[in-house]
Amino acid sequence: MTTTPHRPNPVPAPPPGAPRPKPGPPGAPGVPARVAVPGPPAGAPVRVTGAQSLVRSLEEAGCEVVFGIPGGAILPAYDPLLDSKKVRHVLVRHEQGAGHAATGYAQATGRVGVCMATSGPGATNLVTPLADAYMDSVPIVAITGQVPRGAIGTDAFQEADISGITLPITKHNFLVTDPADIPRAIAEAFHLASTGRPGPVLVDIPKDVLQASTTFSWPPELRLPGYRPTTKPHGKQIREAAKLIAGASRPVLYVGGGVMRAGACPDLLELAELTGIPVVTTLMARGAFPDSHRQHLGMPGMHGTVAAVAAMQRSDLLIALGARFDDRVTGQLATFAPDALVVHADIDPAEISKNRKADVPIVGDCKEVITELLEAIRAELATTTPPDLTAWWAQLDHLRNTFPLGYDWPSDGTLSPQYAIERIGALVGPDAIYTAGVGQHQMWAAQFVRYEKPSTWINSGGLGTMGFAVPAAMGAKYGKPDRQVWAIDGDGCFQMTNQELATCAIENIPIKVAVINNGNLGMVRQWQNLFYAERYSGTDLGTHKHRIPDFVLLAEALGCVGLRCESKEDVDRVITEAMAIDDRPVVIDFVVGKDAQVWPMVAAGTGNDHIMAARGIRPLFDDDEG
Amino acid sequence: MTKHTLSVLVENKPGVLARVSGLFSRRGFNIESLAVGPTEQPDVSRMTIVVAVDELPLEQVTKQLNKLVNVIKIVELEPPTAVQRELLLVKVRADATVRSQVLETVQLFRAKVVDVSPEALTVEATGTADKIDALLRMLEPFGIREMAQSGMVAIGRGPRSITATRS
Repeated sequence: MTTTPHRPNPVPAPPPGAPRPKPGPPGAPGVPARVAVPGPPAGAPVRVTGAQSLVRSLEEAGCEVVFGIPGGAILPAYDPLLDSKKVRHVLVRHEQGAGHAATGYAQATGRVGVCMATSGPGATNLVTPLADAYMDSVPIVAITGQVPRGAIGTDAFQEADISGITLPITKHNFLVTDPADIPRAIAEAFHLASTGRPGPVLVDIPKDVLQASTTFSWPPELRLPGYRPTTKPHGKQIREAAKLIAGASRPVLYVGGGVMRAGACPDLLELAELTGIPVVTTLMARGAFPDSHRQHLGMPGMHGTVAAVAAMQRSDLLIALGARFDDRVTGQLATFAPDALVVHADIDPAEISKNRKADVPIVGDCKEVITELLEAIRAELATTTPPDLTAWWAQLDHLRNTFPLGYDWPSDGTLSPQYAIERIGALVGPDAIYTAGVGQHQMWAAQFVRYEKPSTWINSGGLGTMGFAVPAAMGAKYGKPDRQVWAIDGDGCFQMTNQELATCAIENIPIKVAVINNGNLGMVRQWQNLFYAERYSGTDLGTHKHRIPDFVLLAEALGCVGLRCESKEDVDRVITEAMAIDDRPVVIDFVVGKDAQVWPMVAAGTGNDHIMAARGIRPLFDDDEG
Repeated sequence: MTKHTLSVLVENKPGVLARVSGLFSRRGFNIESLAVGPTEQPDVSRMTIVVAVDELPLEQVTKQLNKLVNVIKIVELEPPTAVQRELLLVKVRADATVRSQVLETVQLFRAKVVDVSPEALTVEATGTADKIDALLRMLEPFGIREMAQSGMVAIGRGPRSITATRS
């Protein structure tokens, strides 16, 4: 291991015990009234500028932090932001970082994350994180400045039709044309983002609307006649589902991110233990059910465990809770779980029967669904004896024991990436929050870190956004300052968003980043290895060959501690060393072999029965043949 | 694939049409026709959308439309229980030699002549898609110089109103 001696932190850390430079929770008593706008009696309108109205609205909506970058059109909003005692602004280095930070914050805290950008390029840089939050149903609100009303449509400087651009990737968006509408737009944005199926909402405000004189009063009346999310499930469907559950002999609980969003993890545990049904947790639901639990078969899907994939394939009843039958879970749809009836519970009616026809559709919030299911199943069990699941479990246990998750050490003597990730999970433990980018390291982090608690695993599941890890970790750490937050990143991903480490260093957000550095775009390389005759086109980043960039030096340049680990012997020591540093961010450059691959794998476009536990080993297929 | 007529009540706000049409294109659903207009309530507009999809995709269309925050209500209007109309304006070549024949056709279809010039007549017709098609077939031999056609609008038969209960 080579480690440069730590330089003194250029940004002095606050003395121990000193309060973080951020206010208490919104609504906390004793928060002094702002100077610029005296606090009015509740509800009474006061004269303000549009910008002041915006900041007051954010305060009232419960926003404690905004991740953003100012610019021309949003400038008026930054002036009253300076005076706010409730909302703190974190100046990021790229708007994409602001968006992912809001997402990380939202997922770690369960609250609405907020990001802010100026018009034009500032706003378009938010497109990726908005699409990301949309795919993963994360409640964030993006505030963008827009050119003045009179200039809209004239191709003005830094003009972009951001509400038009983000139509397909937001739950809803607003272009505010009347300053009096600002409080209502913000209140509606927070309401839409956080209720029903959560998602991103964008509020675009022209500069002259921010500058105009208007009145502010809170709370505004919400006017959303077309928005009525169904949270309470239909009683008849619940009873129907309970009947199927009590009668199934090969049932599986297929748990998705909706369970996490609904805060229904304790209820899920109760449901699983009441019924004894095996549980699989999707990439978005890792941590929703303890990995250590005997009934947990792990993650299903393209890189899921053999037992989880097999359980779904051979099931006679899939109980899908807040999951959406994503193609990475089902593989080829036509051959997915051929014998299973489907109970599908989701808060979004459009997800039900979208990909796989549901036999019992249940629209509702997962917490209410599971609570009512528990009651209905108990009633059902009082009168009927459910089939014995012993044979089912024996079959699954056999698969679980025969094909556990594992990895081979690289034959060239390089460090195993899986080992490094596994040791991080083991040493840092289940109380920390883990984020990941996208690719091999993400799959290994989903496989080899043991998740025991909800909201400890934050990743980009639906959109697959490289570069997600560092800014998401920043947001998560901001929201949960007392928890260790580890970004498990790849060297490709890390080079997309590492500039946010400067933000972390300066704003005292001491995250850890484990760069699983194999010198390549590893997942693409793996596919080239398997499906493109080992022709490695455009995947060598040169991070090994030339050591460009040198991640240790880069970390130091960004005000972080840089560590490097190149051998098995050093792994634990380096992780422990990183854990001990809490006055600034730490980056560990884990130099690992480039040939490690993610297994098991269901090749894209094939059926789940063709899952390969390792190259050439097809446990289910062989089984069927034999 | 069968045609379905959806009556969609939406908030009368800028950009709603873009939200609806964008949804159709990005989810790969084809719009046969779309007509938008005001309702008896100033804050509500009504879109009549004709889509050609099978039963299951239709359910997806409806559910996805319902997810749009500005969409208030969706009702599928079945042909037997709804009045469906399209409007056609067509300019037909009609000099003195054929004018009487054209007029006869127009009368047969209970259409109206709304503009006259020495060489052409402009005809206005309303009706179901079938009737409009039939009229056009009959006029075609005379020479159609120009035509404009609206999307379908439809309303349920009987005393009930879909705007009365908006949820």
